[in-house]
Amino acid sequence: MSAPPASPGHQLPREHYLNATYGIRSWLLTTDHKRIALLYLVSVTFFFFIGGLFATMIRIHLLTPTGYLVTPETYNKLFTMHGVAMIFFFLIPSIPAVLGNFLIPLMIGAKDLAFPKINLLSWYIYLVGGGFVLYSFSTGGLDTGWTFYTPLSSVYSNSAVTPAVIGIFINGFSSILTGLNFIVTIHTMRSPGMTWFRMPLFVWAHYATSIIFVLGTPVIAITLLLAGMERMFHLGFFNPAMGGDPILFQHLFWFYSHPAVYIMILPAMGVVSEIIPTFARKPIFGYSFIAGSSIAIAVIGFFVWAHHMFLTGESTYAALAFSLLSYLVAVPSAVKVFNWTATLYKGSISYDTPMLYALGFIGLFLIGGLTGLFLACLGLDIHIHDTYFVVAHFHYIMVGGAVMGYVGGLHFWWPKITGRLYPEFMARTAAVILFLGFNLTFFPQFILGYLGMPRRYHTYPPEFQVFNVMSTAGASILALGYLLPMIYLTWSMRYGKVAGPNPWPATGLEWKTPSPPITENFPVTPEVDWEPYDFTHRPDISLTPGTPSLAPAHGDD
Amino acid sequence: MHRTGELYGQFQTLDQQRESATFGMWVFLVTEILFFGGLFLTYTINRHVYGVAFGVGSNTLDLKLGGFNTAVLIASSFTMAMAVWASQTGKKTQVTIFLILTLILGSTFLGVKVIEYSQKFEHHLIPGHGFDISYHSQNPSATDTPKLIQGEKEELEKALSRDPYLNSHTQLYFSLYFGMTGLHALHMVVGAGLLIWLIKQSFRGRFTPDYNTPVELIGLYWHFVDIVWIYLFPLLYLIDRHQ
Repeated sequence: MSAPPASPGHQLPREHYLNATYGIRSWLLTTDHKRIALLYLVSVTFFFFIGGLFATMIRIHLLTPTGYLVTPETYNKLFTMHGVAMIFFFLIPSIPAVLGNFLIPLMIGAKDLAFPKINLLSWYIYLVGGGFVLYSFSTGGLDTGWTFYTPLSSVYSNSAVTPAVIGIFINGFSSILTGLNFIVTIHTMRSPGMTWFRMPLFVWAHYATSIIFVLGTPVIAITLLLAGMERMFHLGFFNPAMGGDPILFQHLFWFYSHPAVYIMILPAMGVVSEIIPTFARKPIFGYSFIAGSSIAIAVIGFFVWAHHMFLTGESTYAALAFSLLSYLVAVPSAVKVFNWTATLYKGSISYDTPMLYALGFIGLFLIGGLTGLFLACLGLDIHIHDTYFVVAHFHYIMVGGAVMGYVGGLHFWWPKITGRLYPEFMARTAAVILFLGFNLTFFPQFILGYLGMPRRYHTYPPEFQVFNVMSTAGASILALGYLLPMIYLTWSMRYGKVAGPNPWPATGLEWKTPSPPITENFPVTPEVDWEPYDFTHRPDISLTPGTPSLAPAHGDD
Repeated sequence: MHRTGELYGQFQTLDQQRESATFGMWVFLVTEILFFGGLFLTYTINRHVYGVAFGVGSNTLDLKLGGFNTAVLIASSFTMAMAVWASQTGKKTQVTIFLILTLILGSTFLGVKVIEYSQKFEHHLIPGHGFDISYHSQNPSATDTPKLIQGEKEELEKALSRDPYLNSHTQLYFSLYFGMTGLHALHMVVGAGLLIWLIKQSFRGRFTPDYNTPVELIGLYWHFVDIVWIYLFPLLYLIDRHQ
């Protein structure tokens, strides 16, 4: 950007939620959704580090075909603990509990969530659950795979399964309460004029996510409770030696854990739906279809779980039905991708950092989604089941999709959260590094899987080494891509340029209050009399050329 | 967020606050249905596969105690409904009285459950290494009539001829029996705790026709826990009763 800054420098508001009260108690006992979001930000980042540490060790171990770093038993523990930390304690809470918590009340013009104390309780439940899991990690580890299949987890495993199961059980209630809070808030706390179809698509995505939180999480809770009791008291619900049914465990497990994938991806889709119109300077194409497809993904997502079990002993006819239903999820997902693309068409696109992440998301989600269709295909799945193809597929969705959305969203709303801008050049560099590193890490794994390298093995035939070395090299680039934002975002909290209320500018209600917002979010309850993503009829963010507000606030980068 | 009277700061009006709280409770009850749902599914599948063993296990339960408890719970639902009605119509003393009655009935239920559990313990029907479905017929207590013991022995023999792994499969029945009734009892204990808090608040005269949301919400919860029992009773006690 070479254009000089068109608007005079902004000042931080004198009083906002960050300086309203001081001291450790004011944070640990806060009921402000914005502060709770920051508490979550710190704690999910911590678990991201833990999960990342295990991933690093896995990749180093796989540099050579025989693997010198760890023993086979330790390798089992590494991929299990990587999965548990990343899925239950990072990916699932990341966007909803951090960005959703911070933004939903702001976006619908409310002072807070409907139940602020329950919101704080969710965070404490998350900490207690996380504590149990860390206890398991540090006292013998966990080697069952993140799926906890019985009877391995309930009878035969010699690792610390019980505390891990208790931890995930407890953590489930954190998800349930967050989902409950969001659903009620979206129903009852909208400000005057904020009708359902004026809500930002980010809120729609979180509404769909919350439905899964509320309907899915209790099932994993009771399932892990039964598996844990089976282990502790030698019961036989899922143990074939005692007449129990291990397939039943898998059905119950995936009834939650497949929709859980949509818990991870739907909020990221919400983030992308906010970023794309802002940086294409166009109303989003097909608003109601994007909103409806979020709900459709959440609903259909509940009827596809058994595609994880094509080869673990379910009937052929069930497999046929679940294969068809799995194809069906591609429809609403494609609706979103087409609508984002149509929004970009003839848009006035600027490649700011959030936009780079959003565009990266579309590409990576496309690859992840389409390879999902390969896996939903019964015949093909027999060949690639339990290979690195699956690993690559779901990392394209979870890392390429969910984490890209999360990091992109953090950048997009960072000015709102902290009141300051991140350094744009650094941020763009990091986004490109992340994208390249990610693809170098995971694309070779598609090839490995197709050639037949099974997942979860600690050794492999020498002919696979070149792809594994590529993957490990990519992982180190990816790690750099994650460290950079952590450094410069932290730096910008003190030294970043003051952002002003609406730096991009974007259309949402959250941008109509100072950055950072006051504790009550808005000085007076806002009234909404405009349609969503309308850039043409809003004098405050008008599209007329030459208007000062059009110039990006970081113009001198 | 500041609180003015009964209105919390994040809400604009008392109506909005009540609507949010009630809706939140309903959503919570939906999660509870899914939570119990996993157990009911496990029960259904196992009962379908091991029908004989489940019949035998069910017949060891005490129908009189179970029936009595069902009546007690239905009565407690009635008193709870009356407490809600009294709070809505401003009858402050009656609210307290009905809440105390509900608490007494709920505690009676839990007391009877303790008796039932201890009987199962004496008869070696707790799942685990000591589990033995034939223990009672081989070690009858002094009060059992010979005819009763004879009948039990015959039933076991007949069942064994149809299901050679009867001991292991009745153990599954009892795992589910303790799992389901235990989880239900845990909900009753939580409900009793909520009732004690409610009684304290009601004693101070907090609930008026304008503000009675806590009574209504805890009432909803109490009815839900009762309904779970209404399903548990036939599913666990009435599988294979002939005489």
